[in-house]
Amino acid sequence: MSASGFDVQTVARLARLELSLEEEDRLGRQFEQILAHIDQLNTLDTSDVEPTSHAIPLQNVFREDKVEIRFPDEDYLSLSPAKHKGHYEVPQIIG
Amino acid sequence: MYRNTITQAREKLKKKEISSVKLTEAFFERIKSVDSNVGAYLHLTQDQALEQAKEADRKIKAGEDAPLLGIPLAIKDLICMQGVKTTCASRILENFVAPYDATVIKKLKEAGAVFLGKVNMDEFAMGSSNENSAFHMARNPWDFDCVAGGSSGGSAAAVAAQECLAALGSDTGGSIRQPASFCGITGLKPTYGRVSRFGLVAFASSLDQIGPMTRTVEDAALLLKVISGHDPMDSTSADVDVPDFVAGLDRDLKGLKVGIPKEYFAEGLDSEVEEAVRRGIEQLQALGMETVDVSLPHTEHAVATYYILACAEASTNLSRYDGVRFGTRSRESDSLYNMYTNTREEGFGEEVKRRILLGTFVLSSGYYDAYYLKGQKVRTLIKQDFERAFETCDVVAGPVSPVPAFKIGEKMEDPLQMYLSDIYTISANLAGIPGLSIPCGLTSGKLPIGLQLLGKKFDESTLLAIGHGFQQSTDHHISYPEL
Repeated sequence: MSASGFDVQTVARLARLELSLEEEDRLGRQFEQILAHIDQLNTLDTSDVEPTSHAIPLQNVFREDKVEIRFPDEDYLSLSPAKHKGHYEVPQIIG
Repeated sequence: MYRNTITQAREKLKKKEISSVKLTEAFFERIKSVDSNVGAYLHLTQDQALEQAKEADRKIKAGEDAPLLGIPLAIKDLICMQGVKTTCASRILENFVAPYDATVIKKLKEAGAVFLGKVNMDEFAMGSSNENSAFHMARNPWDFDCVAGGSSGGSAAAVAAQECLAALGSDTGGSIRQPASFCGITGLKPTYGRVSRFGLVAFASSLDQIGPMTRTVEDAALLLKVISGHDPMDSTSADVDVPDFVAGLDRDLKGLKVGIPKEYFAEGLDSEVEEAVRRGIEQLQALGMETVDVSLPHTEHAVATYYILACAEASTNLSRYDGVRFGTRSRESDSLYNMYTNTREEGFGEEVKRRILLGTFVLSSGYYDAYYLKGQKVRTLIKQDFERAFETCDVVAGPVSPVPAFKIGEKMEDPLQMYLSDIYTISANLAGIPGLSIPCGLTSGKLPIGLQLLGKKFDESTLLAIGHGFQQSTDHHISYPEL
């Protein structure tokens, strides 16, 4: 655990990444450096600053609520690495 | 034949001095002879290209015209083209064949373009050197021991090595401008929202923008005109007019004001880069432009802000790669959880994992306010810096990168140093403004140097007119690497 609270194992689990011990070690050291650089932002007082999530103003975009078939199901399914009788196939979930 | 600009090739095609088929074949010959060293292409679409070229020749013969009729282009491999592989230079998508055309591809097809193939990049557009491609790296055509730049390194190298007439790239933190600068070509990042992102594989959705990479500003204007415009398929696409960028190129530059930010000429800037950029600015003065001093005080915080926000968005965008619906899947998995983690472990390269981890961390409970929200607030300050600067100037000029193309492997072990090399390009993405990179000289070691012009939102016309004026009065853009 680094000073800023970054724990490689915990974050990797949240991100659904499996890291080797070597990767954990290397990335852990690199993150200490990267987060130390990022922590420089704390020198700025932003208490009265509004956050910007997008550079240009955005508004909700609506369109008519109607069913459109852009591609046949089989086109989507054809991209899947494993399928079975018109469904995506995954390892068994319920025992 | 491959040394033409788009504009020159169009003239020759119209006058029937050359055919699109011959031109396309010449490029495939060129690719065959140089690309084993350059590494610009990931996959070629030769059969399709020759069909498209034949069709273009038929239309030309019939007297039809379109802005890019018969013009061979290369496309960065994160833009979907129906029936063609779109890998994002990642193992996780190595077998992915796009089921539809991105809006930019649809527009290019309507304009008559010919597609030579998909070009190299840093995996999922994450990187500054093209060393993060899962397949092979693109090298700098000026010196094969140096990087081509990233993440659109393949696009830049292909244009510089004359393996296409022009290419499309994408720019999230400088990924069009920096490789354009390293390879001595012209690169334009349009205003956020100017070009539809539908069909662009997302890295950081609030920052990504597709743009042209060309030999000349005139060609960039032509390509931009074709790919711009509001798109109902992209809810962030801006509903604004698309000016005729080509028609506006020859405007008088007298009286236009160029802002020189002192923060862009600070410690860490290579002396040869500084000298070439300052000479470039003097050339703008010679064209009648005035210089004014401006300040962008939050520049030093841009890299930190960018890596919080871009990585946060990347971690959410890349959560869709789970091996279920598309892409590759790990073979050895006895549970759903293991299938996810094994697939992502095997499919993603180290830089991608690094950014997913950083993004997951800054969005995680307990750290969101300290990092993500803080980043969004500093983004506001960076945006306000530009708004203040543009009260006194029409464009801001400075270097693209603090250094020319660096040696392969030089920064790979130190990601922070690699990230800091994007310090002059990142702010434009955070603020959403357009940026143009044009060649302005060579180092003593014969590596290209780029001059960056940043403009007001949706004012690409001014950037392009200045860039065109610069290129009409200099010859940096017509020097080629010996290959």
